[in-house]
Amino acid sequence: MKNLVEVKNLKKNYGLKEAVKNISFSIKENEILGLLGPNGSGKTTTIGMLLGLLKPTNGEILIDGKKIEDNRIETLEKINFISPYIELPKKLTVKQNLIVYCKLYNVSNIKKRIEYLVEKLKLEDLLNSVTGELSSGQKNRASLAKALINNPSVLFLDEPTASLDPEIGDYVRSFLESYKKEKKISILLASHNMNEVTRLCKKVLMMKDGIIIDEGVPEELIKKHGRKNLEEVFLKLSRN
Amino acid sequence: MSFIRIYGLFLRHFYLITRSFPRILDLIYWPSIQITLWGFISNFFASHTTYYNNAVGVILTCAILYDFLFRTSIGFNMLFLEEIWSRNFTNLFIAPIKIGEIIISLISTALIRALIGLVPAILLTSPLFGISILDLGIHLFFLFLSLYLFGITLGILVSAGLLRFGPSFENIAWSTMFLLAPFGCIYYPIEILPDFFKTIAYILPLVYIFEEARNILINNSVNFENILNAFYLNGVYLIIAISLFYYSFSKARKKGTLINIGE
Repeated sequence: MKNLVEVKNLKKNYGLKEAVKNISFSIKENEILGLLGPNGSGKTTTIGMLLGLLKPTNGEILIDGKKIEDNRIETLEKINFISPYIELPKKLTVKQNLIVYCKLYNVSNIKKRIEYLVEKLKLEDLLNSVTGELSSGQKNRASLAKALINNPSVLFLDEPTASLDPEIGDYVRSFLESYKKEKKISILLASHNMNEVTRLCKKVLMMKDGIIIDEGVPEELIKKHGRKNLEEVFLKLSRN
Repeated sequence: MSFIRIYGLFLRHFYLITRSFPRILDLIYWPSIQITLWGFISNFFASHTTYYNNAVGVILTCAILYDFLFRTSIGFNMLFLEEIWSRNFTNLFIAPIKIGEIIISLISTALIRALIGLVPAILLTSPLFGISILDLGIHLFFLFLSLYLFGITLGILVSAGLLRFGPSFENIAWSTMFLLAPFGCIYYPIEILPDFFKTIAYILPLVYIFEEARNILINNSVNFENILNAFYLNGVYLIIAISLFYYSFSKARKKGTLINIGE
């Protein structure tokens, strides 16, 4: 399996503050990598750089072999992002939003792509609803449809199930598992839900104070640190 | 009634004001600008009562032209702010859209927004006041084009500020046009301004546009030098504004504003 995302010696300073300190990692094709860490550990800054929203102070990011800083538009065509902290325009219907993003991502067969996502995410009844009037779970499905609109090779997920009830959270996790299996995409999952990370991720990175303090397969990390589950490993590493 | 709670709520707003320079500036310049603008207008009409034979026609025409400028500029800013208010900003900037494409798209939409507001205003002035802005003839097109260019230039400049400084720059977005109004000589000729204000006015395209509008309506003649001067200045400011927008985007990527503004 080739590396779809390669991060080499990545560093980000805000003035004198070092938010991310020389980190390196990669995400393979058809792999879900978990990114864990307490608030302020540098996760959001790292994702910001991976999305091209932040310019690294040092180091480089390659998406499918191409440097994001030199090929910003080309790499953005291959990636997408979902976070509960960003939303789709509230006054547009779900269908209008999807059409807009199809245009922005230059999707060739808009009708076919929307039909595919509508079927996959069970959006039939929501298509003509105003996005701002949807429930959290419905908004999440609409945002997922937007995040998959360009058939991305790499998907960045920032707490994708935060603010969702357990049933809808489970639906989203199952959907991501099956979609990854079908499309063989790479996913970076930043989450504070350790059960979610244990279920979805084959490998996790633990960040603290801008550095990767540990990484590995969840089960191995649990064994290595002599804990019962990933949450206890997280707490041990965060408090040290 | 608890004075502590009243004081608590007062503090909530007081902290907000003192933590943001644009907010303080906003509080200071609104009254100053209003007094300056209306001071010049009153001064002019007090000393030149016979200047306009058709005062209503000239004032209304200039008001419509100014409103077109205002709508274009605010329209551009509104489109940009809309992305921030709807928390769609991050979605937009992670899409494979070039900065130039964003600017062109907003410029086109701002024109449509301004025209939607302008057409009914033009249609209303004729039956209500017996005045038609179309009296400016074919030259109206050049005046509108010039105002449109300056309007979007201001819109791009303010959006560059929003990109660089975040939503606290929003107040500036609403007030740019009013800040420039006294120097624009919209309702009075440039002669009424003090010398220092005249110097500022001459480096803005507005004074040439509104002087020419009055010249056409009052003297029934066209001074193409005014129209050309306005276009030259518009060209210079537009290039500066676009360059500044690109610079702000680059700075925002370094400073992290694109992340903070989007959430």
